[in-house]
Amino acid sequence: MPKKITIEPVTRVEGHGKVTIQLNDNHEVVDSRLHIVEFRGFERFVQGRPYWEAPVLVQRLCGICPVSHHIAAAKALDVIVGAGNGDGLTAVGEKMRRLMHYGQFFQSHVLHFFHLSSPDFLFGIDGDPAMRNIVGVAITNKALAVQGVMMRKFGQEIIKVTAGKKIHGTGAIPGGINKNLSPDERDRLLKGPDPLNADKMVEWSLSALEFFKGYHKQNRAKVDEFARFPSNHLSLVRKDGALDIYHGVLRAVDPNGKRILNDVDYHEYYNYIEEEVRSWSYMKFPYLKHLGKEKGWYRVGPLARLNTCDFIPTPLAQKEFEEFKAYTHGKPNNMSLHYHWARLIEVLHAAEVIRDLLQDPDLQNEDLVVKGEKQFEGVGVIEAPRGTLFHHYKIDENDLITMANLIVSTTNNNEPMNRSVASTARAFMNGQETITEPMMNAVEVAIRAYDPCLSCATHALGQMPLEMTLVGPDGHVLDHKIKD
Amino acid sequence: MEGPINKIKISLDGKTIFAPKGSTIVEAARENGIYIPTLCHFEGTDPKACCRICTVKINNRLMTSCTTPIAEGMEIESNSAELNDLRKSIVELLFVSGNHFCPTCEKSGNCELQALAYRFKMLVPRFPYSFPRKEVDASSPKIIKEQNRCIACKRCIKTIRDEKGRHYFAYKNRGQHLEVVLDPVLGAAMPDDLARKAMENCPVGSILYKEKGFDEPIGTRKYDKQPIGSEIENQS
Repeated sequence: MPKKITIEPVTRVEGHGKVTIQLNDNHEVVDSRLHIVEFRGFERFVQGRPYWEAPVLVQRLCGICPVSHHIAAAKALDVIVGAGNGDGLTAVGEKMRRLMHYGQFFQSHVLHFFHLSSPDFLFGIDGDPAMRNIVGVAITNKALAVQGVMMRKFGQEIIKVTAGKKIHGTGAIPGGINKNLSPDERDRLLKGPDPLNADKMVEWSLSALEFFKGYHKQNRAKVDEFARFPSNHLSLVRKDGALDIYHGVLRAVDPNGKRILNDVDYHEYYNYIEEEVRSWSYMKFPYLKHLGKEKGWYRVGPLARLNTCDFIPTPLAQKEFEEFKAYTHGKPNNMSLHYHWARLIEVLHAAEVIRDLLQDPDLQNEDLVVKGEKQFEGVGVIEAPRGTLFHHYKIDENDLITMANLIVSTTNNNEPMNRSVASTARAFMNGQETITEPMMNAVEVAIRAYDPCLSCATHALGQMPLEMTLVGPDGHVLDHKIKD
Repeated sequence: MEGPINKIKISLDGKTIFAPKGSTIVEAARENGIYIPTLCHFEGTDPKACCRICTVKINNRLMTSCTTPIAEGMEIESNSAELNDLRKSIVELLFVSGNHFCPTCEKSGNCELQALAYRFKMLVPRFPYSFPRKEVDASSPKIIKEQNRCIACKRCIKTIRDEKGRHYFAYKNRGQHLEVVLDPVLGAAMPDDLARKAMENCPVGSILYKEKGFDEPIGTRKYDKQPIGSEIENQS
């Protein structure tokens, strides 16, 4: 008889998903799926709205990284108001947006690592579920928990001074920004009392990296082999090959490092990327057109970014990047749990960039907005914390939006997340008739590495109980569990 | 108590105040630093009492204070729990009868309806949302008429006219289908300053000056700085 067991505590993934695993007669895993079962539909209801509302409206699809949507939409609208193709803003306009974006990047990555994922490293995949959460971290390692909370707070303070609010601000507007950074705001973040200042953030970013590297050193095989599989990797890179999360060109490499998308203009993304719809998920499956569905899927996010870029343009993060690259002898890194390593290198990079930007006098300039000849179509692409984010809008002669297409970071990671689930399911569940909690958490750990924001990706609303069904060869449900 | 010459004495919420003869109750209250909430009323124009937010009680009768002139010895009740709840219910009705999504509205922070909702501590309306299907008229080169947010206060009809006195805005339909619409001919050639004035005079986000979106940062908007009514209450 099928049985349904509810497991607590709340899972540490954003959104609502379901995993199904198919077994053959020998109870071997032959298929698995990560279903995203909710639907949001922002592309539709942004239609008919004035275009300048898009950056404020569309960001509402997410409470975790709204700044990413806010800036991607603003970049698309920069094109529409004739402010160039992503590089035509005034110095203060672009740098304020960068500061906002790096602040968001910093806090989102910190949230993911400290609040959502560090319990897996501290307590182990099979650790006590009652402790495997941020409260457990606070009890066991108070310094680490405080560090996570304060680092996130610092990132949010950056967002507040640039966007006006910590969540769902209005700072980025078509053609620029609506405020500059006052000297008071600058000094508070640059030289504020410990721990909320830029130097402390750099120091703590380094110690977070040491924490991960220490864990990796002691658990090398486990970390390296967990959900390891070859894949393509895609991201924006600066024109000179540097890591750049605000602007650049699209680059993709195959598992061996060969360029399969060679620094192309993202405004023509639709020439290179296609999305496949599968009936069992509201999340689409993007792939590189010229390689087809089978070979064209790719990963995005921290791991992909460090696989595609040539260098990181800040010294401390560059040093860590060199160590990261050396680990795979310069080849792309295809180890899923190394997402966390890459993510923490990016945290360090963001802290360095924020510290540099805060000292830039351009941020006190007054020329906030530029506009030129109006266009009727615009594309904006950025690197959100979870990966490449595409916003594409068309407007009519009355300034109303007629078409919107969003390819969200987690959507780009759909196929690799499914592969990670399959890999973990095979490793942990082959031959099993009963799902144990550690097995279930292992699947979550695989999904969690990508830091997915499922609600954002599917444009769905709600919490994320992870639902898992184990189906036998005859279609009979062997086990069914829900975490909510 | 003897009052100033040319002023008459009234009692407002038990307090004796003096105001010039011919003043409305709203004006008399304001002159004495007392705020009676208004929404459709626009200073310098004839009051129309469309919204009823300014309702007070005189001799146990409900009257709109924007249209009622004061009279010697009048005893008026305004700031009572009963009347404030009545006003709050009107604000709630306005919210549920349109589609007001403050988070993405350009007027947020400058919106009088939103400011009143904050003043009356409105959290969830007691009435069901009607989610009406409304149009967005963006055909004018200068403004957008967002019908989802219109509260039919008539302010634009009263205050936005051309040099010949012709109205840019007018009522269309009746009852629940009532709408304030922009004259397509006049709207096509609307001068820039008048378009900006129309947006400014609209108490909500129903008239939007085109391409003006969120250039005023959060925290710097009118009601971000001080709650509605406090400019009157703090004047003494």
